Amino acid sequence: MNARTLCALMIAVLALTVQTPEPARAQGFAGLGADAEGFAPVRPGVPLRFPADHGPHPDFRIEWWYLTANLTAADGTEYGIQWTLFRNALRPGEAEGWRSPQLWMGNAAVTSARAHRFAERRARGGIGQAGVTLSPFTAWIDDWRMEGPDDLSRLRLRASGSDFSYDLTLQARGPLVLHGRQGYSVKSAQGQASYYYSQPEYDVSGTLVLPEGRVEVTGKGWLDREWSSQPLAGDQAGWDWFGLRLDSGEKLMAFRLRGASGDFTAATWIEADGTATALAAGAFEVEPLETARVAGREVPVRWRIRLPGRGLDVEATALNPQSWMGTSFPYWEGPVRISGSHAGRGYLEMTGYEARGADAAR
Amino acid sequence: MTGAAALALASHWRRHPLQLFTLLAGLALATALWSAVQAVNAEARAAYARAAEQLGAAGYDRLESRSGAFMDVAAYVALRRAGWQVTPVLEGRMRLGPDRVTVVGIDPLTHPSLPALDEAAGRVQPGELLGPRGLLLADAGTAARIRARPDLPPVVEVEQIPPDTIITDIGLAERLLGLPGRVSRLLILPDQPQGIPPLTEIAPALERIDAAARSDMARLTDSFQLNLTAFGLLSFAVGLFIVHGTTGLAFEQRRPVFRTLRALGLPARRLTVLALAEMVLFATLAGGAGLVLGYLVAAALLPGVAATLGGIYGVPAPGSLTLRPEWIAGGMGMSLAGALLAGAQALWRLRRLPILAAPGQHAWGLAAARTDLALGAGGLALIAAGGLAMVLLDGLIAGFALLAGLMLGAALLLPPILGLILRLPLPRRAGAPDDPLAEWFRADMRAQLPGLSLALMALLLALAANIGVGTMVASFRLTFTSWLDQRLVSELYVTARDDAQGAQIARWLRPRVDAVLPIRAVELRAAGQPVFVHGIIDHPVYRDNWPLLDAAPGAWERLARGEGVLISEQLARRSGKWTGARLALGPGWERIVLGVYADYGNPTGQAMVSMEDLLEHARNVPNRRFGIRVAPERVPELIGALRAAFDLPAGALIDQAALKARSLEIFERTFVITGALNILTLGVAGFAILTSLLTLWSMRLPQLAPLWALGITRRRLMRLEILRSVALAGLTAMLALPLGLVLARVLLSVINVEAFGWRLPMHLFPLDWLRLLLLALAAAAVAAAIPARRLTGVPPSDLLKVFANER
Repeated sequence: MNARTLCALMIAVLALTVQTPEPARAQGFAGLGADAEGFAPVRPGVPLRFPADHGPHPDFRIEWWYLTANLTAADGTEYGIQWTLFRNALRPGEAEGWRSPQLWMGNAAVTSARAHRFAERRARGGIGQAGVTLSPFTAWIDDWRMEGPDDLSRLRLRASGSDFSYDLTLQARGPLVLHGRQGYSVKSAQGQASYYYSQPEYDVSGTLVLPEGRVEVTGKGWLDREWSSQPLAGDQAGWDWFGLRLDSGEKLMAFRLRGASGDFTAATWIEADGTATALAAGAFEVEPLETARVAGREVPVRWRIRLPGRGLDVEATALNPQSWMGTSFPYWEGPVRISGSHAGRGYLEMTGYEARGADAAR
Repeated sequence: MTGAAALALASHWRRHPLQLFTLLAGLALATALWSAVQAVNAEARAAYARAAEQLGAAGYDRLESRSGAFMDVAAYVALRRAGWQVTPVLEGRMRLGPDRVTVVGIDPLTHPSLPALDEAAGRVQPGELLGPRGLLLADAGTAARIRARPDLPPVVEVEQIPPDTIITDIGLAERLLGLPGRVSRLLILPDQPQGIPPLTEIAPALERIDAAARSDMARLTDSFQLNLTAFGLLSFAVGLFIVHGTTGLAFEQRRPVFRTLRALGLPARRLTVLALAEMVLFATLAGGAGLVLGYLVAAALLPGVAATLGGIYGVPAPGSLTLRPEWIAGGMGMSLAGALLAGAQALWRLRRLPILAAPGQHAWGLAAARTDLALGAGGLALIAAGGLAMVLLDGLIAGFALLAGLMLGAALLLPPILGLILRLPLPRRAGAPDDPLAEWFRADMRAQLPGLSLALMALLLALAANIGVGTMVASFRLTFTSWLDQRLVSELYVTARDDAQGAQIARWLRPRVDAVLPIRAVELRAAGQPVFVHGIIDHPVYRDNWPLLDAAPGAWERLARGEGVLISEQLARRSGKWTGARLALGPGWERIVLGVYADYGNPTGQAMVSMEDLLEHARNVPNRRFGIRVAPERVPELIGALRAAFDLPAGALIDQAALKARSLEIFERTFVITGALNILTLGVAGFAILTSLLTLWSMRLPQLAPLWALGITRRRLMRLEILRSVALAGLTAMLALPLGLVLARVLLSVINVEAFGWRLPMHLFPLDWLRLLLLALAAAAVAAAIPARRLTGVPPSDLLKVFANER
């Protein structure tokens, strides 16, 4: 999945309880294990319909439009960018004006081996400050925008923070990939699930504006779309998510949810032509090899990933171990390099690594 | 030697405990009045600062609409979508029980951290604030009033929120205030992204206001506090007169001691240091006592100040008095500085004391002629400077400069003028014999003038302030009551439970009464301030009874056609918009000002538009209040019928008389503090006369003894003493009258306009003056009687001794 950064859920909390992590932990990262009462349930066998499903699903509690890209400048410098729009509903449904129960949060970042720059935006639904519409497709929060035709075949992506901005053009190569059973992606042995699809293959070109100047870049992008009402089991504290693009043209989406009663893993293998196969539970093995101290906590920054059935045995190493998103709901998100049986690049996301001792306060 | 000298100096106070008391009391009084005013001001300032901080206004630049009206939430979204990191705040006033409270709506998602929210964090379920019912945050007092209203959302008590203030989500605030889609201001967050377009391009209608610019509240009440400070300074000055008088006396009386000590070899420097140390000790003792007294006075005054601030300005009022270190330091500092200032002359003379010079009991008198000239020149210069300030500066500062110049100048002119008056030849019947006693009496008064002049100056200032402020308040009251009579035309006022009941009542009333005048208003922002906009129906009662200070031709007809707006004087003065100007009441709602009406005593600006105009542009206009025209004798019957027909809440029916009484009560509360300070000042002035006379008393004996020897009885001498004091006080009071009237004029036409926002006609109240004159004479008589009574008790042998031993 990219069971990513479900942080969104608790946007509402942040104004009030940023400093009380305990109750949040009891319900999984960012409260994602909370009850889904009143919200639409995620059921197997519901076919996804496009382009409607590119738009928002206000009856579900959480949803995101999540784009990452591995980019290279003309001088060979590697960069990664992230553009994410989270939707979180306090109650199902939509309403006009400030009464809207929909809350939005944007996260954006530009990462190189030397620096990780990020920014956050928050907005209420109902007033036009943030949202997602179709015809044409537009996902926005403040001046951050992801826009293009309704089939998402082309996208223009813009975001800015106090020390960076980017403006990128994306062109899709290949079909959308539905994860799990036709987009029904299971998240725990108890049956928690989400709707989850991706466009894992975009050609990307454009400009990053950094303190050192304008940088023209090209590379590959990956869009994740996911929505749910209760994607985590109550005891699941966080996850490790990998989106790997191998030089062979094959791709792997894999995640591990860390639970008190054992880990839960799932993965999708994507052929070079875009054909996707959901891998059997347990087919994906992952093991942290090395950690770094990031924002007061130990976070794995080098991983061993194995798919014995596919002859894949690689190491994924963070381009910048300090790719910490110090946002309202902090997490680690950054580009990785792949070496071993296969070479390539990709993105890694890790949530739920708690800070220890006094550092926990920040 | 030093110890012995100190003992010798201290012995004086042991032998003159009354003098010691006077000195300490004078200093303590001066310190008390000054520090009381400072304490009140500090509390008021702290209340605004706390409010500003709690409401998140501190530290951020903000954007407000140039027209001063509310902006649309679309303006916020447009800025956000252009990249600007701003956060909206909606602020307005809502009726809660008998009073209004300030509702501050914020967007918790984008608003920077608020102390109040942090405090509430542990007790609020996530998302509750943004839940369907919402949540209100308020202090304990406001929370209790909210709980009494079952129609309001649940409330969480947060001690950090100022009184009479509710903080809540902007979505709930707009519903409570009936201001959907409106925003008062945008705070500009510190972290802005790269490459955002300039504000002038995307939001030309908005104005950026620097965070350093003071809050509206502080600006609004500046004038009021300046007013208080001026009073405090006046009291302090009067208190210093007392101290000066006493130190002067103590110096005169201790002259032999000083000379003896110097003759015994005590260096002049050490003597001065000892005297200085004595002064510092007294200042510390008296300052401490003054602080305690000041604290008590401030505690007594604070409710009045709170009432004024709440009633006139509608700002959160200071709650309770706290001891602030800076206040204590300030009070002690003033006490020390005051004591040294008042004692400087004595110290100076001590330093230069010629050891062998003859006793100088005539020194004051001899210097008088020279002094008169200097005083006269100084007084005229001060008055001229005040006038010049009026020309060069503007606003409140100019008014106060003019007042200060006038008052101090007049005070300096007093001794020369009194001297001149006493030199005037007495009207004499032709052929009548000379009256040597009368001649002596006049000459003696002239001789005493220098010694009494400071006390008389204090009296002049206190009397003039009393006349001026009294005239101002009384003029105001007269204008206010006649304005109330004109304005409150309906015989009965009804407030329904809700809009539905309001409509029912209106239908029920129409066939039974002469007219039903709906009172419907919403609070908006115009010209950068909260404004109540009333909708009125086209009815002759308004044009017949609503006095306009300034109007365009056909104002009422044009108002009825929805062409313009009538605004209150406060709004006109604060915004500078008079007849003919254009006033924006909201997006797409701009009207010509057709006229200005007086609206005394109202904290917020007011405006009137036609009912159609109001209903078209404002949503959620409550329809619950009505004025009813009916024959006065039918009012009780109608009240009974209304109560029988409808389930009306308590206080829903108010007849005209009750409403007038309530308005007057608010008015009186407003001027409680002014009245209190006035009385205190006068009391201090009376005390100053007493101390001066006591001072002079010791020097009187050698002057009175010859008269006694010439055959004038002690009783007669006592009567003359009292008469002299009363005559001087009377003359001073006469001179205080014109000064007081000038003061009243300046207060009414300059200070009042700046401080409250309205100009008042001046009325004269000769009976009040007479009362004040009698009070001054009585004070002088009492003050003179105390030393004079001693005269009757002086044994003849003491009077004889005067001839035997020159000091």
